[in-house]
Amino acid sequence: MKPLGTLLEAYRHISPPGTLDLIYKLGEKLQGRSMLHVNSTKMGGGVAEMLHRLVPMFRELGIEARWEIITGTPLFFKTTKSFHNALQGDEALLTDAMFEEYRRVNEDNAARLDLSADMVVIHDPQPAALIGHKAEGKKWLWRCHIDISRPLRKVWHFMKPYISGYDGAIFSLPSFAQRLKIPQYLVYPSIDPLSDKNRELEPEEIEAVKEEFDLTDDKPIILQVSRFDKFKDPVGLIEAYKIVRTHQDCRLVLAGGGASDDPEGEEVLARVREEAAKDEDILVLDLPPDANLAINALQRSAAIIVQKSVKEGFGLTVAEGMWKGKPVIGGAVGGIVAQIVYGLTGYTVNSIEGCAYRIRSLLNNPDMARKLGEDAREYTRKNFLITRHLIDYLSLMSLMMGLR
Amino acid sequence: MPEFQFIGCIEIKELLGQKADNEAQLLEMIEDVHPDSIYYHMHSYFLRHVYLSGPFPNDFANWAAIELRDNVLGEKLANVSVSPEKSLEDIRMDLVETIDKHLSEMRFVAPILRGSPFHFMKSQIVEVPLGTEAQDLSEFIQALQDVHASALYYHIFEARIRVRKGRNDFSIWLDDVLGYAQLAEGIEGIDFYMFSLEGLRLKILDLCRQELGE
Repeated sequence: MKPLGTLLEAYRHISPPGTLDLIYKLGEKLQGRSMLHVNSTKMGGGVAEMLHRLVPMFRELGIEARWEIITGTPLFFKTTKSFHNALQGDEALLTDAMFEEYRRVNEDNAARLDLSADMVVIHDPQPAALIGHKAEGKKWLWRCHIDISRPLRKVWHFMKPYISGYDGAIFSLPSFAQRLKIPQYLVYPSIDPLSDKNRELEPEEIEAVKEEFDLTDDKPIILQVSRFDKFKDPVGLIEAYKIVRTHQDCRLVLAGGGASDDPEGEEVLARVREEAAKDEDILVLDLPPDANLAINALQRSAAIIVQKSVKEGFGLTVAEGMWKGKPVIGGAVGGIVAQIVYGLTGYTVNSIEGCAYRIRSLLNNPDMARKLGEDAREYTRKNFLITRHLIDYLSLMSLMMGLR
Repeated sequence: MPEFQFIGCIEIKELLGQKADNEAQLLEMIEDVHPDSIYYHMHSYFLRHVYLSGPFPNDFANWAAIELRDNVLGEKLANVSVSPEKSLEDIRMDLVETIDKHLSEMRFVAPILRGSPFHFMKSQIVEVPLGTEAQDLSEFIQALQDVHASALYYHIFEARIRVRKGRNDFSIWLDDVLGYAQLAEGIEGIDFYMFSLEGLRLKILDLCRQELGE
């Protein structure tokens, strides 16, 4: 089959056999059709990161793909931040003026943006009200990236009429589904195996990062990469590590971003630092948001990767760890259970003790750990790479265009 | 002589917004849910877990065992068989009878304690002709080695159950067009639900190579 370009071809020997040919065939049916993505930021966050990679792929397939950004006032973004929290179940103080600002800014953006496309994908709550400007005969999908399994009813009540106007909604997990009259589709997020966070690294690149953080190979490394917030439970992981240490020598590395705007997060980080000060084998790394290469190297240096969350959206750090062929232990919450097939590609755990037991078990059974890691990598190859994500979008577009 | 044309497929997963919290609710919802949802939870497991065979071959069994911690029901549901002779309504009745009998043996039905509820879904299949063809058995073997795994799903599970051809597409072509009746029978005789798609690929390739004396 003739390759259409070099961008996609780079994934031919990374994605499962036959994937690229399948993508080209799906793309053939959609050539010349137009697709528009709209979200609220070009920089930062998983959505923007994924669109930066997916949109050029759509174009390479001959789809006229565009990506537009809405602009807004500080009050608008304060409002949508509150929406974001409220849809995830947190309390939020919202005034009539804020709801009005949300409507007004969406109207302004509708007048400014070119919203014409055969299929329009609106990402998250910020631009959802653009649906009022859907043109006759075009298909609009609302892509929700956040956990709305238990939304604050007042905000959901406000959003629901907008969402109901779409031709479909896309969620990341089955538990996020709502009572809606429109079709609700399931599309898992994905990782890009060629990004700095996930690409293969040269041994010297890994060594440079280990040197930077004074990491040596004398003990196996247990690693968790996550923000320092209570839902990621770094303190619980430290407790599990302490249990493990009564049986086996190892080192715990907690790598994550800062928590400057989150008082609860600061409290968690302070507690983590306090514990680390008492044990020289606990290493706390406060990394900048763009430390992708460092995270990649740390994951590749670890013996076991843990994501001991007690509440989680999707938790793509699990797929990142699995892609590096590592055994991953994750809290049995959110998307972690969709990524870890218990006992086959890792272990999900429900307690500090369970986490400690699985770490001990894997440290003492390196062959089992290696097999889990190998199977985890293959499972990720099939289910959580960007090529699968691309196929999902192409399939949905085929469905929307009536090209089944 | 008509060639075999490989068709891959993509499964678009649709959330129904309905969930069950225990065995009794699972029973009630299976009684009423759209047949496509029965199909999805009994089959599409193979498309999702293409590389590895999971503990049980359908979602109901895995949920009962893992989330509900009702291993007995999990094992019973794992044995609800799917065959070309059975319609989706037959399968629905088998599931209902299995859960109903299990419930009659339970002293009380507890709500789910720590696991996740069962979320009902259904799927739509987008067919993708792959442009890969085979004229004879050698070409068939060559193509089957490299074709996307979803083609195995399409030609085996979709053909037998959803489209109700009675046999898998490979056996139909090998028998009716090439005259390999015994090979066709051998492939149809595979217990498809005991393998992952990659496992099925290897099993079918093995049978084909034996036929050619390789």
